[in-house]
Amino acid sequence: MLALLVVTVIAAVRSTDLFAAAILFGIYSFLTAILFMDLDAVDVAFTEAAVGAGVSTVLLLSTLRLTGRYEQRHKHSPALPLVVVGLTGAALVYGMTDAPDFGDPEAPAHTHVAKRYIEDGPRETGVPNMVTGVLASYRGYDTLGEVFVVFTAGLAVMMLLGTRVRGGRSSGREAIGDLLVLRVVGKVLIAFVMLFGLYVQFHGDYGAGGGFQAGVIFATALIVYDLVFGEADARRVMPHIWTERLIAIGILIYLGVGVAGMLLGGPFLDYSKLATDPVKGEHLGILLVEFGIGVAVFGAVMSIFNAFSGLRLPSEGGRDDV
Amino acid sequence: MAFPGLLNYWFVVILMMIGFFIVIAHGNLVKKIVGLNVFQISVFLFYITMGKVDGGSAPILAEGIEVYSNPLPHVLILTAIVVGVATTALGLALVVRINESYGTIEEDEIGAMEDDA
Repeated sequence: MLALLVVTVIAAVRSTDLFAAAILFGIYSFLTAILFMDLDAVDVAFTEAAVGAGVSTVLLLSTLRLTGRYEQRHKHSPALPLVVVGLTGAALVYGMTDAPDFGDPEAPAHTHVAKRYIEDGPRETGVPNMVTGVLASYRGYDTLGEVFVVFTAGLAVMMLLGTRVRGGRSSGREAIGDLLVLRVVGKVLIAFVMLFGLYVQFHGDYGAGGGFQAGVIFATALIVYDLVFGEADARRVMPHIWTERLIAIGILIYLGVGVAGMLLGGPFLDYSKLATDPVKGEHLGILLVEFGIGVAVFGAVMSIFNAFSGLRLPSEGGRDDV
Repeated sequence: MAFPGLLNYWFVVILMMIGFFIVIAHGNLVKKIVGLNVFQISVFLFYITMGKVDGGSAPILAEGIEVYSNPLPHVLILTAIVVGVATTALGLALVVRINESYGTIEEDEIGAMEDDA
């Protein structure tokens, strides 16, 4: 499995066709997702499959559409970088000789806070999925910060690329082709993808899943819709202005839950006061926070995709602004 | 486990170094971003490997399971992946803008243009 990963990556390095490199990168992501599954990290595998293999690849391809497909053969020899890389790698391997063995239950990583998360987490939060519990409750601040990073990155992309097609003349990019089979399969598939997104969102406390994954899955459904039915139709379903607002709304839900806990007499982001029973309150708080994350991530991914796909090549009539 | 205890880590280093190599040896900006992502995923793999406990199960409470893998690295990496795609998007947006101003995304050509100017 690991060897397969290395082979994929080397193929990606060697290819000067960036299109192939992007697809190989998608494969690499997907292989890692399977590997995560094998290492018991179901939630992470889930995210990697949706984000790495799905959204990243789509973004890479949209960039290639705008910048050109082939890489130039570089002139200088790869000797110096190879030496640097070799030395760094050797240093890292040397540094790892002291690392605990793979799967060792006595490794330092498992003996501090992790113990408490596993032993008391489900009881204290009422959420059987410990990953969700830790994410939204114990490390609530951390996760809030990360949602803000996503928010900022989304904002920056929109500022760099512009948010909508200017002038209002253009009705947006056409569908990828008027193929009956795409439309029929797309229609059926999108409904199921959305349903699955909702399931992942609201079942994240019992099984693998949660706001981050659900937001991305939901966004994927709309991206497929956009690609199959054209931008104009997609915009009627989900106006761009709303995808942008959703990022802020999601964060406000998250913050709102924190402030609500504070108003009810607890510290910020302490959910135990949200219901009469502290454990029920924790559970409720986690669900609401996950919902906020889902909304924010969905908004961010959609806005980023819109920003990329809204750009025109000069041959397609050029950009209206700039 | 049948294989040596540190094998996983070695593979992480190999992947990481390949990513590093792409970043420093390739002039194409999109390729560099692919390299950064390869590097990033190898770090994810490193964390998840650390979180694995022998005979452990996915950290979701279930009847009859005693040993769970460490949920903490999972949480950290889960959020890192989503943040990673957001920052990748930012990088790609910059590449698109660079392409608009210079008409190329090859580092050498951009450097040459800067020298001429």
